Amino acid sequence: MDLILQQTVNAFALGGTYALLALGLAVVFSIMGLINFAHGELMTIAGYVLMYCGLAGFPFALSVCFAVMAAMTAAVVMERVAFRTVRNASGATMLVTSFAVAMVLQVLFQNLISARSQPVIIPDFLGSSIRIGDVVIGTNKIVAIAATLAMLVALELFMKKQKHGIAMRAAAEDFAIARLMGIRGNTVIAGAFALSGLLAGVAAVLWVSQRSSVDPLMGFTPVLKAFIAAILGGLGSLRGAVLGGFVLGFIEVYLAAFLPASMQEFREPIGLTIVVLLLIARPNGLIPSATLQAQKV
Amino acid sequence: MTSILDLKGLNVRYGAVEAVRGIDLNIQQGEIVALLGANGAGKSSTMNAVVGLEPVASGQIMFEGRDITNQPAEVSAQSGLTLSPEGRRVFGTLSVEDNLTMGAYTRTDAAAILAAKERVFDLFPILQERRTQYAGTLSGGQQQMLAIGRALMCEPKLLLLDEPSLGLAPMIVEQVFELIAKLRDQGVTIFLVEQNVAGALNIADRAYLMSSGKIVGAGTAAEMRTSGALTETFMGAQ
Ligand SMILES: Nc1ncnc2c1ncn2[C@@H]1O[C@H](COP(=O)(O)OP(=O)(O)O)[C@@H](O)[C@H]1O
Ligand SMILES: [Mg+2]
Repeated sequence: MDLILQQTVNAFALGGTYALLALGLAVVFSIMGLINFAHGELMTIAGYVLMYCGLAGFPFALSVCFAVMAAMTAAVVMERVAFRTVRNASGATMLVTSFAVAMVLQVLFQNLISARSQPVIIPDFLGSSIRIGDVVIGTNKIVAIAATLAMLVALELFMKKQKHGIAMRAAAEDFAIARLMGIRGNTVIAGAFALSGLLAGVAAVLWVSQRSSVDPLMGFTPVLKAFIAAILGGLGSLRGAVLGGFVLGFIEVYLAAFLPASMQEFREPIGLTIVVLLLIARPNGLIPSATLQAQKV
Repeated sequence: MTSILDLKGLNVRYGAVEAVRGIDLNIQQGEIVALLGANGAGKSSTMNAVVGLEPVASGQIMFEGRDITNQPAEVSAQSGLTLSPEGRRVFGTLSVEDNLTMGAYTRTDAAAILAAKERVFDLFPILQERRTQYAGTLSGGQQQMLAIGRALMCEPKLLLLDEPSLGLAPMIVEQVFELIAKLRDQGVTIFLVEQNVAGALNIADRAYLMSSGKIVGAGTAAEMRTSGALTETFMGAQ
């Protein structure tokens, strides 16, 4: 019982991080039909900023702000430099462009910073744990879950209540008509990237605070998982991305915890098999996008 | 009377397809002008080019004496020019009220936006009843009202309506035409594309007839009703 509770907390923490990343992918995809594989490098950038800020002796809260702002800025710059030119190109062209951006950034990290993993200073309280009855829960897990929930609630309010959030949803549904309303295409796309950068930045802080290190390929694995989560949830659907992230987190954590030792080496294939089975049952994802068929930019 | 819209030799192309072939068209302030023609004549292409949704291949678009050729769609609403597009295209995943909010996207005066909303709700009480509902759950006729209401939210001087009666039940069609006449009486100039020729000519001051991308007839509504060109064009289509 305690073990289940323990692992459920872990699953929420990991799933929450996947959810934030998948949401970032979905926000951009829903507006311009681009699957941004360089999303992981936004995470890595945030990770390095966290590292350098720590080395400079900044208070952790300030380091977190800088890291998140760096990811947002990088996302907006990425759109302006790399993706605006291919905005009306095919999905495949945009996908390949995002791979290229990811690789260029990885090489830059390797050559300008280090190919090896670098330690990141994480405050002690994130390494501690609290005891509830017989259950010991890491503070970092609780912080991760709280931060994820705060982000999800804030995003929901933004998308539902704020004029600019509503405009983003309108543009995701029918870009041409959104422009006709006076919603500027460039602004709404830059906004979507900024939002995805914000989500990647927060996810990066959560990711790094569980691991205390950053390396040039840091963002690759979590974003690959987030991509799977976004597909599982229903590509382009924001709620689907969140649900997919949590489902994937649960699958991974539970398999790691409860699969017999002899089968642990098959953990990843078993997990992916479950995802594939879910997708066979629901080909358009758990919560299909209402507007996936709508025309893109 | 002063001219509000002038098309001079307007050309719209989709690759090799010449959808609009050098048309001249004029709309005076306060008029309802209908653009009639069979399917594929180039009516929607003309309207989309006017609001900036399709690029102009050649020719000129003058709005209130200003050259707005190839002005991006984003700018149209602010200059008092908007379109209720063919097929309605309301934002189905947004609430009715949010659709209206988007229609007023370029406006910043909260009181004026509220007043515009009230005006739309006065015109279409059903929209007020359904204000929190997703637009996608409305009936076709209600969606058409929402599309027109959304267009009115920017207080347009010139309102383009692309087939507002398309796919609506006959009784609703009549309501829509009545509404269009009412809007004109309130001072909105209307540029109307219709396949419902009789309905359109009932409310229009003047009409143009379009066929294969060209203007093939023009005149007052009365003249057009008796025009041979009209029957000829629609012989095959209707
Ligand atoms: N997006 C498009 N791409 C290619 N051809 C188009 C497009 N839109 C319209 N056309 C073509 O342009 C011509 C005029 O179409 P349209 O302006 O929609 O006519 P109407 O509104 O009078 O029915 C038609 O031959 C149509 O097939
Ligand atoms: Mg048409």
